[in-house]
Amino acid sequence: MSAQAVHALPDPHHASSQVTGHGAGGPAPKRIVVGYGFWIFLLSDVIMFSSFFAAYAVLFKNTAGGPVAQQLFDLRNTAAETACLLGSTFTCAMAGLAVGKRNQKWTQLALLATGLLGVTFISLELREFASLVARGAGPTRSAFLSSFFTLVGCHGAHVTVGLLWLGTMMAQFYAKGFRQNIRHRFLCFSLFWHALDIIWVAIFSLVYLVGTLPQELLP
Amino acid sequence: MLGKLTWQAIPFGQPIPLAVGAFVVFGMCAVLIWVAAKGYVPYLWREWITSVDHKRIGIMYCLLASIMLLRGFSDALMMRSQQALAFHAAGYLPPEHYDQIFSAHGMIMIFFVAMPFVIGLMNFVIPLQLGVRDVAFPTLNAVSFWLTAAGALLVNVSLVIGEFARTGWLPYPPLSELTYSPGVGVDYYLWALQISGVGTLMAGINMATTILKMRAPGMNYMRMPMFCWTSLASSLLIVAAFPILTSTLAMLLLDRYVGFHFFTNEAGGNAMMFMNLIWAWGHPEVYILVLPAFGVFSEVVSTFSGKPLFGYRSMVMATMAICVLSFTVWLHHFFTMGAGADVNGFFGIASMLIAIPTGVKIYNWLFTMYGGRVRFSSPMLWALGFMVTFVIGGMTGVLLAVPPADFVLHNSLFLVAHFHNVIIGGVLFGAFAGYTYWFPKAFGFTLDERLGKAAFWCWFVGFYVAFVPLYVVGLEGMTRRMQHYDRPEWYPWLLVAGVGALIILCGIALQIAQLTISIRSRERRREPTGDPWDGRSLEWATASPPPVFNFAVLPIVADEEPYWNVKQRARAQMRLVTAEPKYEHIEMPRNSPVGFITAFFAVLTGFCLIWHIWWLVVLGLVCAYISFVVFAWRDEGEFEISAEEVARIDRANREARAEYLRGLAQ
Amino acid sequence: MTTEDEFDAGSNVGEDRAVGTESAAEERTLGQEFRSYALGLALAVALTAASFWVRGTDLVYGPSLAVALLVLAVAQMGIHLIFFLHITTDPDNTNNVLALAFGVLIVCLIVFGSLWVMQHLNHNMVPPDELMRMQR
Repeated sequence: MSAQAVHALPDPHHASSQVTGHGAGGPAPKRIVVGYGFWIFLLSDVIMFSSFFAAYAVLFKNTAGGPVAQQLFDLRNTAAETACLLGSTFTCAMAGLAVGKRNQKWTQLALLATGLLGVTFISLELREFASLVARGAGPTRSAFLSSFFTLVGCHGAHVTVGLLWLGTMMAQFYAKGFRQNIRHRFLCFSLFWHALDIIWVAIFSLVYLVGTLPQELLP
Repeated sequence: MLGKLTWQAIPFGQPIPLAVGAFVVFGMCAVLIWVAAKGYVPYLWREWITSVDHKRIGIMYCLLASIMLLRGFSDALMMRSQQALAFHAAGYLPPEHYDQIFSAHGMIMIFFVAMPFVIGLMNFVIPLQLGVRDVAFPTLNAVSFWLTAAGALLVNVSLVIGEFARTGWLPYPPLSELTYSPGVGVDYYLWALQISGVGTLMAGINMATTILKMRAPGMNYMRMPMFCWTSLASSLLIVAAFPILTSTLAMLLLDRYVGFHFFTNEAGGNAMMFMNLIWAWGHPEVYILVLPAFGVFSEVVSTFSGKPLFGYRSMVMATMAICVLSFTVWLHHFFTMGAGADVNGFFGIASMLIAIPTGVKIYNWLFTMYGGRVRFSSPMLWALGFMVTFVIGGMTGVLLAVPPADFVLHNSLFLVAHFHNVIIGGVLFGAFAGYTYWFPKAFGFTLDERLGKAAFWCWFVGFYVAFVPLYVVGLEGMTRRMQHYDRPEWYPWLLVAGVGALIILCGIALQIAQLTISIRSRERRREPTGDPWDGRSLEWATASPPPVFNFAVLPIVADEEPYWNVKQRARAQMRLVTAEPKYEHIEMPRNSPVGFITAFFAVLTGFCLIWHIWWLVVLGLVCAYISFVVFAWRDEGEFEISAEEVARIDRANREARAEYLRGLAQ
Repeated sequence: MTTEDEFDAGSNVGEDRAVGTESAAEERTLGQEFRSYALGLALAVALTAASFWVRGTDLVYGPSLAVALLVLAVAQMGIHLIFFLHITTDPDNTNNVLALAFGVLIVCLIVFGSLWVMQHLNHNMVPPDELMRMQR
């Protein structure tokens, strides 16, 4: 270790340490700590989604004489929703670049684009839900539908909370500039937003694409 | 306007809940009025309620756990006395009431006694053992505590307003569905757990991040104290398992509130899936509880044997093995539900395998003691009591892991005796060991040893007198949760079990006495160096209680047991061997009321959800969001402690230690 | 202290790299970052299109459709992890990868474990609807 070892080391709530790797260089810098903490929170969220997925898979056939997946889901709507979310992931990454360059205008524009795409996604989803309910295929019709609405609705609820967070981030960047702790929050937001897209990949693939396959081809 | 809430919610017609509820309410009001009258409120607000200091939060967690232990134990006394009386008789508790008592007993003990105790100890000790100033997310830590307290408060409110669940400590459908439990009891249960579950998840994330990313310079993974390893495993299990609890309870809530059909008898619901998912959480949960207790025992056995822990590497591997294996055994909680021989066989074998790493740990503790100079102070007594008791409990567990045996014994009192054997012997004894071991560090004075030992013996003897009869009666065919019975063979055993509960009551009384007497005589019990037990790890290098910043300068760790080695050198030379460091100013996180305020709105929102007061739910959520944004808007997150102040505090402790060392020379 | 001047593109999962001591080779220009994200987007779009195409076409062997869609989904999740979440096999990234692996293990245990268990239970036990009908 360097001559620093003899003197007081930097306080963990602030400084960078001079030694890398495996934590033996003292407490990690705040950005790494925040990033890692949020990363394991995201993993816990993924595990929560997986238990909803498990419930969905188990209850898939329990349609109680009501409508089945094949009859209900419009894949063009799904494609549109996917496009919105994928696009918003990209604009979120662009916002990250803008934050890196401390450019207020492009940060706000990229975040706004992300938000608009997210709002579009939610509207498409709400419209789908409303039409299902109107057709007598609401969540109270059967266990299959309960689990569908819960799984996809939980994802939608996460996106909605994300939009609320996004709005708050836009306000904070505008009011407080690119202060370190606000950039850390934005780091967490972008991790969250990308993770939501990953979960959507699982949803559109398994619930919509696999789920609507003809009976013989279902696993 | 007030949803389902009416004056009928207060149990005017039931004498026992009414009396108890009145007693609790008046007691609480009396305490609050006394506190306000004495002028303690500003102090409490500034130093404790808004504190983000891990030491204060740890103490508050343990305090919450202790208070809830009294509530949960009262439920136990009522259950034991009911069963001792109800042979060919109705007893004094009608079934509707008895059902609420055993449900509350189990739920409170697991979620509001064992979890907070364990999390409290982890909170207090880990940053000190790692040689850092606080956990990774101090304000989040405060929020976690207050959300847990919010859940506990909701459960206690159910005593006075409304009723509690009658479904047991896990609310199996279809009984817990709206059709068969139309009252508010199950809703109280569900919302209390959802709220405190968020707090627990946050605590798990906090601890795991702290242990993995924030350690003193030079402390690589193989130099961490064993308590930190087991806490890491427990925290990872919290992060992985609690989401399952949240989602499963959410599904039940959706069934009850919005008419979904996850677990109903109609429209394709599948109640068996609830059991499957809830135990996928439930089994890791018991390891979440017991792993930190194992860590406490590692610390205690090593300190009181005067030797480093035997087999550090194998302990680490055993711990991480338990961490992973705990997710592969959950079906043993429902062998009898009908999954068939193949599935039962797999999970039965896995359940037997998971006993092996624990066995490794027991051997390591025994080998730590072997060849050491064992001191039988009260923490060590708890550790020895644990070793005997937990091994017996573990063996009955391995017996239950054999599916054919379980078909006979499932849901009998044999099962009840088994899990109390391991939870009391493992988790509770571990909590008490940790409490007696680290109390002097937290408060600066020791606890009365004689009373502590007496309390241990009462608990130890009382446990066996209370639970061995339950093994017998379980083998004789008695099912759990019986409000009355008519078999004469069971009667004497249940009387003995009742006596056992009374012996444990003496143990608790002695613990209360120990605390009050020690506080009264604290001036003569002060321990000036901060190291009353001749400790080996870094927390004993600080003053008692440690200053808010823990360490004036982060220690540089060169090997395992860094404090011990420095101390031995200092003793050999009879003077301090570390030079006075160059003191610098330290920045610490500011206190914040956000935890308390969030919890306030959580209680309000939870209560309104239970009673269907929808407009207030919306208002509560909006206010919670606003208070969060207000917190997020603050500009100053930290405050500075000047170098002179740091120097003053540290020099005082250095002087106390130097004096002790000079004393050695005489 | 150099923390204020660090170049952060926003969505790096907490790496173990020490801030401020990054070697020059690590620093990437805005252009390189942008191209990386654009590539990630392009790959994700391609995989999404492939999924929808596979679903709609007759050209893929029927019984393998479900597996094909699963594989495409996993691949796309990988693209997201690598390009947007910057999960790499860098030794400094080990903690993140280990956490991810643990999470994936738990997800598999829960999903496949539940499916296996519930399948057996459903096979052996009478569904509640039928049970209630039998009791009338």
